Amino acid sequence: MRPRVYRRSDMAFGLIALGLAALALAGGHAALSRGASQARLAETAALVRAAGLTDLALFTEARYTRNPAMADLHTAFQDNPMAFEHFPSGTFAPRPASFGAGALGFDPAEVAR
Amino acid sequence: MKRFLRRQRALADYTLAALARRRVKNISLVAIFALVVFVVASAMLFSTALRHEAEATLEGAPELIVQNLVMGRHDMIEGSVAETLAGIRGVTRAEGRLWGYFYDSVNGANYTLMVPRDPGLVPGPGEAIIGEGIPRVREMGWDSAPLFLSRHPGDLVRFDVAERISSQAALVSADLILIGEDDFRSFFDLPQGVYTDIAVSIRNPREIDTIVDKAGALLPAARFITRDEIIRTYRKLFSWREGIMVALAGAAILAFAIFAAEKASGLSAEEAREIGILKAIGWDMTDVIAMKLWEGALVSVGAFLLGTVAAYLHVFLLDAGLFAPILKGWSVIYPDFALTPMIDGVQLTALFFLTVAPYVAATLVPIWRTAAADPDEVIR
Repeated sequence: MRPRVYRRSDMAFGLIALGLAALALAGGHAALSRGASQARLAETAALVRAAGLTDLALFTEARYTRNPAMADLHTAFQDNPMAFEHFPSGTFAPRPASFGAGALGFDPAEVAR
Repeated sequence: MKRFLRRQRALADYTLAALARRRVKNISLVAIFALVVFVVASAMLFSTALRHEAEATLEGAPELIVQNLVMGRHDMIEGSVAETLAGIRGVTRAEGRLWGYFYDSVNGANYTLMVPRDPGLVPGPGEAIIGEGIPRVREMGWDSAPLFLSRHPGDLVRFDVAERISSQAALVSADLILIGEDDFRSFFDLPQGVYTDIAVSIRNPREIDTIVDKAGALLPAARFITRDEIIRTYRKLFSWREGIMVALAGAAILAFAIFAAEKASGLSAEEAREIGILKAIGWDMTDVIAMKLWEGALVSVGAFLLGTVAAYLHVFLLDAGLFAPILKGWSVIYPDFALTPMIDGVQLTALFFLTVAPYVAATLVPIWRTAAADPDEVIR
């Protein structure tokens, strides 16, 4: 019997096979989790139907980002999510300097404090 | 066949030994290559999953939304319009929707207040059903903690929390506050009989366009938004976001391309010498090319697998933590959502050919020239 010789290709092919196996595992994971996701998506769709929602709550920063599908026809962000301003002239308009100071309280004095 | 395989394996062995001689350089090459694949694959997986999520959940959205436009802007719409729309043949239901925004000056978050369409979901007077993000940003410690909203200094409206919407549905409801119609009207000081917009249910989806035409004739000033348009908006939005993320990675990709092309195509004197020696000791030109093919394939396939698997883990197991800041923007409430793991075979194949093929090609071309030359000339 010939002694087993160490070959670099064994390790390299082993690693590639490991990578392929991991990719296959990812595919298997995606296929297996479809059932659970289906239930979650059905639940979400039921809420969308019951409440009559039209948009995703992904970007809550402004009207036209919270409801891009419902926004005014030429609002920024409606067509291009990175276009904060739709028209070049909008670049020169600054955002409001103050959004107001916020406080929560039970009476005016508490709020003023 | 067996002979061929044995030969290829020997060539692979030789290539690996050659790569191992410049270990640090080649390991860092694979690492950078894998990083580039990781960024592009993450963007791809993430936006595909989001697109899928949007399409699946917004299937439940109303078939048609009718908005009133006044002076070019969205305005409140009269409830009587719903009756007009309900009279169109093919419309099963038309009713006013009440929803609006509330800016919470306490934490700078925007909430969406809404009266649910389904009467079964409407909470009692003074009660609210709230989304997953609100207790988080308001630090409402216990489950039944009431929600206080302040419209202006000195004002405080209390809502008892009837229910918290499951975080499973966070993607559509993170900032949502569902309340009854009377509460809604008194909270926003809204007169009776007006609505934010009208939601129309249509029995046969193929009739939507005809119904929009008919409704357009009845209500020339109104704006109509179909469910298809809503879904299309999101499809476009996520494609754009994906493009932006890839564009942001563009500089890195370009830098890598230059680096890889330089590494792969510009043969160092040492490598040229090596090829010359191989030829001098009797290697065929095809052997030299096969050896270099192995080099390109092992490096790029390895990097592709590493990058893709890491991207899958990043997007679906670590909730795309690296992309959240890009999506978040200035939002205070950002939904804590899970994505449906999925791999798009076509996209993956495209990514494979976009990364592996150019690299292999870049290694091959200069070799051709060297391998074809006379060994004596190359060694000198």
